[in-house]
Amino acid sequence: MIPAEFDYVKAGSVDEAVAALVAGGEDSKVLGGGQSLLPVLRLRLNSPSVLVDVSGIDELRQVTDEGSSILVGAGVTTHEVMHHALVTAHVPLLSQAAGLVADPAIRHLGTFGGSCTHADPSGDMPSVAAALDAEFVVAGPGGRRTVAASDFFVDFFTTAVGLDEVLVAVRLPKMDGWGSHYEKFHRTAQAWAIVGVAAAVKVEGGAITGAKVALTNMGPTPVRATSVEAALVGGPATVEAIAGASGSAADGTSPTTDTHADAEFRQHLARVLTARAVTKAAGL
Amino acid sequence: MTETVMRTDGAAIGRADRRKEDARLLTGRTNWTDNIQLPGTLYMSCLRSSMAHAKILSIDATAALELDGVVHVFTGKDFPELAGSTCVWPVTDDIKMSTFPAICLDEVKYAGDVVAIVLANDKYVAVDALDLIDVDYEHLDAVVDMEEALKPGSPLVHSEMGTNECYVARMPCGDYEAAKAKADLVVRRRFINQRLIPNTMEPRAVVAAPMGMSDEITIWSATQIPHVLRVLLALLTGIPENNIRVVAPDVGGGFGAKLQINREEVLALVLAKKIGKPIKWTETRSEHMVATHHGRDQIQDIELAVTQDGQILGMKVDLLADMGAYLQIITPGTPLLGMFMYSGIYKMEALDFTCTGVYTTKTPTDAYRGAGRPEATYAIERIVDEAAAELGIEPLEFRKRNWIKHEEFPYTQIAGLTYDTGNYEAATARALELFGYDELRAEQTARRASGDTVQLGIGISTFTEMCGLAPSRTLGALKYVAGGWEHCTIRALPTGKIELVTGTSPHGQGHETAWSQIASDIIGVPVEDIEVVHGDTGRAPYGMDTYGSRSLAVGGQAIKMAGERLVEKARLIAAHQLEASPDDIEFSAGTYSVKGDPEKSTTIQAVAFEAFTAHNLPDGMEPTLSGESTVDPMDFSYPHGTHLAAMEVDTETGMVKLRKYVAVDDCGIQINPMIVEGQVHGGLAQGIAQAMFEGALYDNDGNLLTGSMGDYLLPSAADLPSFITDRTVTPSTTHPLGTKGIGEAGAIASTPAIINGVVDAIRHLGVTDVFMPASPQNVWRAIQTAKNGGAA
Repeated sequence: MIPAEFDYVKAGSVDEAVAALVAGGEDSKVLGGGQSLLPVLRLRLNSPSVLVDVSGIDELRQVTDEGSSILVGAGVTTHEVMHHALVTAHVPLLSQAAGLVADPAIRHLGTFGGSCTHADPSGDMPSVAAALDAEFVVAGPGGRRTVAASDFFVDFFTTAVGLDEVLVAVRLPKMDGWGSHYEKFHRTAQAWAIVGVAAAVKVEGGAITGAKVALTNMGPTPVRATSVEAALVGGPATVEAIAGASGSAADGTSPTTDTHADAEFRQHLARVLTARAVTKAAGL
Repeated sequence: MTETVMRTDGAAIGRADRRKEDARLLTGRTNWTDNIQLPGTLYMSCLRSSMAHAKILSIDATAALELDGVVHVFTGKDFPELAGSTCVWPVTDDIKMSTFPAICLDEVKYAGDVVAIVLANDKYVAVDALDLIDVDYEHLDAVVDMEEALKPGSPLVHSEMGTNECYVARMPCGDYEAAKAKADLVVRRRFINQRLIPNTMEPRAVVAAPMGMSDEITIWSATQIPHVLRVLLALLTGIPENNIRVVAPDVGGGFGAKLQINREEVLALVLAKKIGKPIKWTETRSEHMVATHHGRDQIQDIELAVTQDGQILGMKVDLLADMGAYLQIITPGTPLLGMFMYSGIYKMEALDFTCTGVYTTKTPTDAYRGAGRPEATYAIERIVDEAAAELGIEPLEFRKRNWIKHEEFPYTQIAGLTYDTGNYEAATARALELFGYDELRAEQTARRASGDTVQLGIGISTFTEMCGLAPSRTLGALKYVAGGWEHCTIRALPTGKIELVTGTSPHGQGHETAWSQIASDIIGVPVEDIEVVHGDTGRAPYGMDTYGSRSLAVGGQAIKMAGERLVEKARLIAAHQLEASPDDIEFSAGTYSVKGDPEKSTTIQAVAFEAFTAHNLPDGMEPTLSGESTVDPMDFSYPHGTHLAAMEVDTETGMVKLRKYVAVDDCGIQINPMIVEGQVHGGLAQGIAQAMFEGALYDNDGNLLTGSMGDYLLPSAADLPSFITDRTVTPSTTHPLGTKGIGEAGAIASTPAIINGVVDAIRHLGVTDVFMPASPQNVWRAIQTAKNGGAA
């Protein structure tokens, strides 16, 4: 591992972390579990002058029951998200998807919040957050603010978190009564998603009464498949109806072409995988 | 699966001993090259070309030299005559040989070529300095596609050659045109055996240091070939061979990628000599992807001439083989290692082989696990499936009609090799039994009938290969400029401990254990008392190293002979001590005794002490007890086997899943079945990876697109099923231990088994081939193309 030289600050609290970021200026960077940032440093794709380590901040490690939602600290590891009782009970989509992130070693170090702020278009956590209309609690020099998922993911590797801000926690609505499934399409267990689909549906009396679908790696940010959601809601919870509704999954998407798949194939996959994810979410 | 047992009394050969070396290897408590820390070391870093092909107009290293800690920056102008690698296998009389500069002088020929090197007091500073070197390039056109490269007017990799054609090698065996004229059907396919990037756990690394004793320079390198490297380093640098000691410490994998002489080794040696300080270089994984040689990369145009009733008459093989930008140690010879193997296990009247080597502006290719034989095996095992399909004959039945029957051995095949032994019927029968062939065929039929999204295919590979390189005279006839012998010295030390010095150089194979087992049986000493010395030209001066599944096949013979010589010398001493005739001395389990008088006995350990004191030796006998042997093998070794793969293909997404894999291999006598098992598993993983996951891709400008593990997919244990393995045992008759090589068999056999299975799953949709790797996109496209009426 041969990164360029940097200064290192270990923050004891969110306020300390914000202060360190302000002091460090625009070349400072938050270090969480390091599973995305360290490879970036090693490959010298980025050379921040200051790393502000937030992994020791207690507040970021909490998972809290807020009644109709749960608040997951940004520093909670992917492994903890997979197994935490509040998450598995109320947001099973998140725990199931967390189990598909990379490998056990990475899941034990990498964090849910880190994955969201890294905002890799092929990351699994951002589309789960987008599908569930999560809220992001962000702390900066002016205090704390809450950002909706639809505003949080801005572009490739870019979120609404400012250079002098820290993601504190992510608020996820309890999905009691909903079925959900994350369908990840990747070639090896450790690989990123070529395409992923996060789906949650509510089925009442044989009909779909609620649907949330977000796509991974179908554009620079997670994409809500709003036309699929609209086509599903009010329709019957049948394999045929779901397949029909999923036909528009790729509409309006702008996926990348890379060594694993070109854009055309990704769009095909988005349609097929959306149908599969929703079908499983509906328990069919 | 073979049961692993602890050492017990009795014959050591055939016992699944746990590996002696594993504790230190698995815990990392050993000297990998990068662990070697010498005082005063200067760290080397390499500035690599970001362009595939360009003229170097100027290099400005001023800023780098001003960086605190930077000691030197060298460019090609500092070593204009120094070669960084060399080719020892000029395969034809008129081959166009490239010169591989240690540092490029005025032109770069692939992305990753070295334009400057930095020496610094600190390895971080050495890398920092690279960003401060300013190189002014003038773009030249890249040469990426082999067929385009051969067209008139193509940009040239080596302009002085006037062509990108490196060589054309032909080997016509029999009369192919006559065979073809008799054929009812000629099956033609173009197979792409894609470029692979060998990945070892340990990247390349080198330390070179003047030792302050005489003029010796020691060079530690993560290499498979310390002995060959020593010769080549001397030839390239002019430093006398007897001043160079090469040590391969524990080495973390090779697969052919460390069967090489590298510019970083040459430079480290030359700079250590010039500056008088230790020089150290360890590559990063990113460097490894572009700068360590690649493997495979052939376009294979194959014809198989057959009769209506399924008899193979002849085969035509026309290869384009990508050399990359320069010829390295055996770059041009690698595709030709497969030349003799295109007929596989089948009888035929004719084999017409042509291979054209092509220069491109890409990383040089060279040996990678199997080296030429995987490509050959892929072609023959794929084309027999295609022929069977076109003839409407079950693929296994088609193979049976054409393979060499067990009673026909020894059998001289069409390319002139004589296979000593084999029993394809037995291996196949066992594989079918383990696989549940009939049940899977029934499931396949049911899935087709129901139009299941997931279709099932069965892939077959009935393979053989030639390994155990190699009889020296044969190598000479093939224009290879070295021999294929191997050496062993076994010393019985005064304390009764044994030092076994081998010329093979393990990098994960378990030689310390297996060699101890062989010697233990021959000289009657417990394996625990045998220390295997390897990989150091200072302690093990003679050897031809480890590659081509040769270490046991060739080196094992030297161990046997050396051990027997030691036992015979000790017999003379024992007879003298026991006052009996040597003819009356029996030797068993380390004890010499007088026939008919077992009370009169001595042990080999006691004899070793007598040989040391030399107080009471037979008249004229020299003191010390050792046996030594250098063996040139009689022939290659021909392991074989039958591999079966059950492949599931999701026809909607193209996703391929390996559901079940059976490998029945025949490597003759097994010294340690657990080590054989490990070789088979590792080989399978690599061969399956070529079929399903790996593939180096370049863009039109010659940039490597798969330069990281994110793009170049390597499978882990999570991506592969539990392999079902077994062995049949048909001992070799040309190798005194009855052994055959097993290091490459899994990698050679498995690739066509997987692709045959994938194609079998979707052949009913009109698919007749799938490009490797069988990625979802490649498989989906093959299905779409077939649906649209095109040839897939």
